[in-house]
Amino acid sequence: MREAILRLDDVHTDIAQYHVLHGVSLDVPEGGVHVLLGRNGAGKTTSLRTIMGLWRARKGAIVLRHRDITALPTPDIARLGVAFVPENMGIFGGLTVEENMRLAAEGGRFDDERLQRIFALFPAMEKFWQSQAHALSGGQKQMLAISRAIVEKRDLILIDEPTKGLAPAIIRAMIDAFREIAKETTILLVEQNFHFARALGETVAVIDDGRIVHRGTMAALAADEALQNQFLSLSMEAH
Amino acid sequence: MMKTLSATFERFGGVMLLPVALALIAFLLIGRPSTWVTLTVAGLAMGMMIFLMASGLSLIFGLMDVLNFGHSAFVSFGAFIAASVLAFLGAWVSGGSAVLNIAALMAAIAAATAFGALAGWAFERVIVKPVYKDHLRQILITMGALIVADEIILTLWGGAPIPVPRPAVLTGSIVVGDVSIEIYRIFAFLLGLCVYVAMHFALNRTRIGLLVRAGVENREMVEALGFRIDRLFIAVFMAGSALAAMGGAMWAGYQSLITTAIGAEMMILVFIVVIIGGLGSIEGSLLGAILVGLMANYVAFLFPKMSLASNMILMMAILLWRPFGLKPAVKG
Ligand SMILES: Nc1ncnc2c1ncn2[C@@H]1O[C@H](COP(=O)(O)OP(=O)(O)OP(=O)(O)O)[C@@H](O)[C@H]1O
Ligand SMILES: [Mg+2]
Repeated sequence: MREAILRLDDVHTDIAQYHVLHGVSLDVPEGGVHVLLGRNGAGKTTSLRTIMGLWRARKGAIVLRHRDITALPTPDIARLGVAFVPENMGIFGGLTVEENMRLAAEGGRFDDERLQRIFALFPAMEKFWQSQAHALSGGQKQMLAISRAIVEKRDLILIDEPTKGLAPAIIRAMIDAFREIAKETTILLVEQNFHFARALGETVAVIDDGRIVHRGTMAALAADEALQNQFLSLSMEAH
Repeated sequence: MMKTLSATFERFGGVMLLPVALALIAFLLIGRPSTWVTLTVAGLAMGMMIFLMASGLSLIFGLMDVLNFGHSAFVSFGAFIAASVLAFLGAWVSGGSAVLNIAALMAAIAAATAFGALAGWAFERVIVKPVYKDHLRQILITMGALIVADEIILTLWGGAPIPVPRPAVLTGSIVVGDVSIEIYRIFAFLLGLCVYVAMHFALNRTRIGLLVRAGVENREMVEALGFRIDRLFIAVFMAGSALAAMGGAMWAGYQSLITTAIGAEMMILVFIVVIIGGLGSIEGSLLGAILVGLMANYVAFLFPKMSLASNMILMMAILLWRPFGLKPAVKG
C-alpha cells in the first residue's frame, strides 16, 4: 500500500456537549480519490471539519505527511496545502467569481495556465467571471467552490457532498472533472451518492455513528452487494 | 404591478433614492428654499460625521459578530482630545494665517484619530478578544469599559462643558443670495466624503479589502483559505475606532461646546444608522447616516420636539420594510 498522506488515529470530536466522533481512524493514501461514505448524521462533515481544524479533536491524532496537525489553527492547516470545499460550498455571494478565486490564489495572482485548465473543466467560470457569485446556479456555485480549491496546486482536497442537489448531467461532468483533478492531487470525498462515489473512488471508508465501520477498496465494495446492504443506507441506494 | 413598480424603483437607484425623496418632501413642507438649502447642508454634514462614527461599528460587527457597546468611548475621547489640541494651539487657531488655522485643525483630528487607533488596538486585545462568540458577555464587558472610559474623561477633563475653539477660516458662512451656508459644514461634508471614497477604494480595490468583504460573509471560509481572520479583525477594529474618534473630533468642532454626554448622544444615532443601513456594509452606513442627518435637521426645524423620535420612527419604518436594513452585506 502507498504511503498515507493523511492519517486519523482514534479521533474523538465533541460538538457542544454532544460526543459526535467516537474514535475515527482512517488512512488516506497519496494520490487519487478516496471516499468517506455514510448515512445522514453519521459524522462525515464532522470528520472533515475536524481535519480542517474547524472543530477540535478532543482526543486522538491527525497527521498530515508525518506532521501532527491536530492542534494547528485552520489557516495554518490550509497553508500546508489542504483545501476544503464545505457542504454549503462556502461561496462568497457578494464577491465576483474572479474575486472568489483570487482569494485562493497565492499572493492574489493567478497562474494563467492553471486558470485556462480550470476554464476548460468548468467553462461557466469563464463565462461568469465578473458576475457576483450569488447569481450563479447551484451547480455553478459548486463548480466555483471546486475551482477555488484548485486555483493553486494542493496536496489534499477535502470535499463534502459535491453532488448534493445536482442534475445527473452535471454529476457526469463532475466525474470527469474530478478524474482530471485527481491526477495531481489527493481528494478525500464525502458522498452519499454511491454511483458517483463508485465511479471515482479508489478506496472507501464507511462511517456510522461516529466510527469507521468498514475500510477497503472501492472495487471490493462495488462487487459485494451484501456488504453494500450492510453498510449503506437506503438514501444511497436511491440514487 | 407591484413587481414592475419595484423593478422601476431599483432601476432608478433603489434605496439610494430615499434621501432624495426625503429632501423633496421636506422641501414641500418647509416652503422657503433658502431655509431648505441651509437645513439640507446641515443634514448632509451631520450625516457625514455620523457616518465616520458608524461605519467602523458596522464593519466590526459584520466581520466578527462583535457587539461593541463601548464604541462611543472613542467618539468621546476623540472629541475631548481634539478640543484640548485646539486649545493648546490657540494662537494658530485664532490667528490670521489660514494655513496655521487648518494645520491646527488637522493636528487635532490627527491626534484624535491616532489615539483612536491605538486605544482600539488595546481595547480589542484586552477587552474584546476574551469574549469572541459570546454576545452577552460582549455587551456586559464593553458597556463596563464604556463606564470606565467615561469616568476617565470626567477625571481628565472635568464635568463642566468645554469650549472648542473653531479655526478662524472655518468660522462664518458663505452667503449666496439669501442662502447662507456655514463653512464648517461644507468642510465636514467634504472630509466625510473623502473618508468614504478612501474606504470604498480600500474595500474594493485592495487585497485586505477583499478579505474583509469575504470575512463579513463567511469568516470560517476565509480561515479555511489560509488567512488569519483574528489579525484582520484587529486591523478593522483599529480602523473603526480611529474613525469613531475622527468623527468625535469633527463633531466637537461642529458643536463648539462639548460635554461628557457627547458619546452617549451620538451613539443613539449611530446605532440607528447601523441598523437602518444594514450590518457590515459601508454603503449602508453612508445611506443610513445621510438619512438620519437630514431627518434630524428637517424635523428639528419643522417639529422641534420630534427630533430624536423622528429617527426612531424612521428606523422602525425601514425595519418593517427591510428587516435587515437597506443595504446589508450579503451573507453566505
Ligand atoms: N452544530 C451542531 N450542534 C450539535 N450537533 C451537531 C452539530 N453539527 C452536527 N451535529 C451532530 O453530529 C452528528 C454528525 O453530523 P455530521 O454533520 O457530521 O453528519 P453527516 O454525516 O455529515 O450527515 P449529512 O449526510 O446529513 O451531511 C449528527 O448527529 C448531528 O446531529
Ligand atoms: Mg454532512
